[in-house]
Amino acid sequence: MSLDHAYLDYPRRRHGYDHDLYAWSSIFDRAPVRWPGGKSVAVWICVSLEWFPLTPADTPFRAPGHMQTAYPDYRHYTARDYGNRVGIWRMLDAFARAGVRVSVAANAAIADRYPALIDAILAAGHEIIAHSTDMNGTIASGLPIEEERALIHRTLAMLERATGTRPRGWLSIARSQSWHTLDLLKEAGFTYCCDWVNDELPYRFSNGLIDLPLNHELSDRQIVATQQQSADSWAEQLTDAFDWLADEAAVNGGRMLPIHVTPYIMGLPYRIGALETLVGRLAARPEAWIAPGGEIVDAWTRQP
Amino acid sequence: MPALPRRGWGTAVRSDPGLYGYLPYRNRPRLVWPDGKTVAVWIAPNLEYYEIDPPANPHRKSWSRPHPDVVGYSHRDHANRVSHWRMAEAMTKHGFPGSVSLSVALCQHHPEVVADANARGWEFFSHGIYNTRYAYGMDEAQERAIIEDSIRTVREATGQTIRGWLAPALTHTERTLELIAEHGLSYTCDLYHDDQPTPIHTRSGRLISMPYSLEVNDHYGFFVYNMSGRGYADALRRQFDRLAAEGAASGTVMCIPLHAYLIGQPHRIGAFERVLEHIAGDGRAWITTAGAIADSYLAQTVTCSGESDQ
Repeated sequence: MSLDHAYLDYPRRRHGYDHDLYAWSSIFDRAPVRWPGGKSVAVWICVSLEWFPLTPADTPFRAPGHMQTAYPDYRHYTARDYGNRVGIWRMLDAFARAGVRVSVAANAAIADRYPALIDAILAAGHEIIAHSTDMNGTIASGLPIEEERALIHRTLAMLERATGTRPRGWLSIARSQSWHTLDLLKEAGFTYCCDWVNDELPYRFSNGLIDLPLNHELSDRQIVATQQQSADSWAEQLTDAFDWLADEAAVNGGRMLPIHVTPYIMGLPYRIGALETLVGRLAARPEAWIAPGGEIVDAWTRQP
Repeated sequence: MPALPRRGWGTAVRSDPGLYGYLPYRNRPRLVWPDGKTVAVWIAPNLEYYEIDPPANPHRKSWSRPHPDVVGYSHRDHANRVSHWRMAEAMTKHGFPGSVSLSVALCQHHPEVVADANARGWEFFSHGIYNTRYAYGMDEAQERAIIEDSIRTVREATGQTIRGWLAPALTHTERTLELIAEHGLSYTCDLYHDDQPTPIHTRSGRLISMPYSLEVNDHYGFFVYNMSGRGYADALRRQFDRLAAEGAASGTVMCIPLHAYLIGQPHRIGAFERVLEHIAGDGRAWITTAGAIADSYLAQTVTCSGESDQ
């Protein structure tokens, strides 16, 4: 089959991007960022709290980690829910021991189902950001805009009811957005989203929303669950990243290391030690400012 | 020149592409590199632009998800905002030039990145217009158009004349190699049959295959073999050590194909920089560009078009 002549038309071949969602800049050309307390590397730990219904939805797509067998997939339902019953508590203990606060990207269903967990997270001073309704709440182009708007508002309302605070940040499932998502998040009053992984510092979309890039390559899902490397290798790679960023920050201004973890993955008995050791070591590094995403966004926004 | 015979889509296919003759690796004529070096090492950074909403090609899907594929697109955009400079600085620091596999539309979208590579003395060859526009299904006029667009665009942006080709997203037709040879290009990076350059059978011009690599391509390392940054660095060291040893008999070529958005991630770049230190400090490496390797090879081998057997 030969191609239409229009295949060699390039209507958006121009200076800058082939879209207007955000403007281009190089991280090495920007004014140096200064983090609070003279620290040079902001470390942002983000925990995904996920509830996978036993009845997976395939529209617009089935979330990574979702049910795999014929109904009823007790195997994956319970293995995922392990994270909410056990794994997350191990993580909260690890964070408390290291004296660090994190972001928790929670499905709103977690707030309805496990209020004791939400209370413990809030009592420890962690930030809760919105992570859709549950793991059936995926977004992609093709989802009707009214359904997407309703999903975002339902998530916000459920989390606000449970926490008493309106979440300022949003993480999409699988970081997947539609063409409408950025505007719908802005319209719903969010300050930032975490889905676009093209940068290592916050930047602003054209509509004013901020992106706080949550590097997917550094996540436990990518390195441990997908690439099947060990928890120790994951921690070593995060340490290598921190070392590199600390050196770079000494010359170029503040840097950020995002650490995305999942309770049912890194909260297992044989893996949690690697997370504890990593967080303990990073907390002891003089360059590190370990903070929830919202505080990192605020510090970035306050730059002169 | 008359139109090439139609051997493309919808016509008879061939079981042997007929690109080159068979030459056993044992007892080859000796290739020598400058200053007695045994292995020519070149780095091929892929400086790419992927469109967020490309038109469909019926033979290959671009993004795996509905547009916008936020992770797919923004991961690649990381190269043009962050990791290009990280990768490039590590290369410059250890004396490695790049031979750039360029989505030539990057000259329009982010001329800042292209200018940085040019200022470092890097060489450019074409990797198509965008890495989201595939050659599958192109007719001859369309293929000529993207070759001529590539030559013109790179010349205007950098002053350089491209000498090589890596098909956009590795998508070919049966006439691609004929057409790039006819346009005077010297090397193709699309063939993976050897650790030395090979003359390629074409009706005109003098085209050679320049060893590139899928196996030690950072994309394969990280997403096919699921290596860590340190594991990939170890593979590169072993690849180098072996090719440097074998090159004493007849000079070998080692290419390190890179994508800044992969190798320039903070958890990988440090281990990669230590590989560059290892190669630069070894003493057996001719650290150079694809064009210089092509020149050395062509000067050492018979000149009749496509018929030399070294």
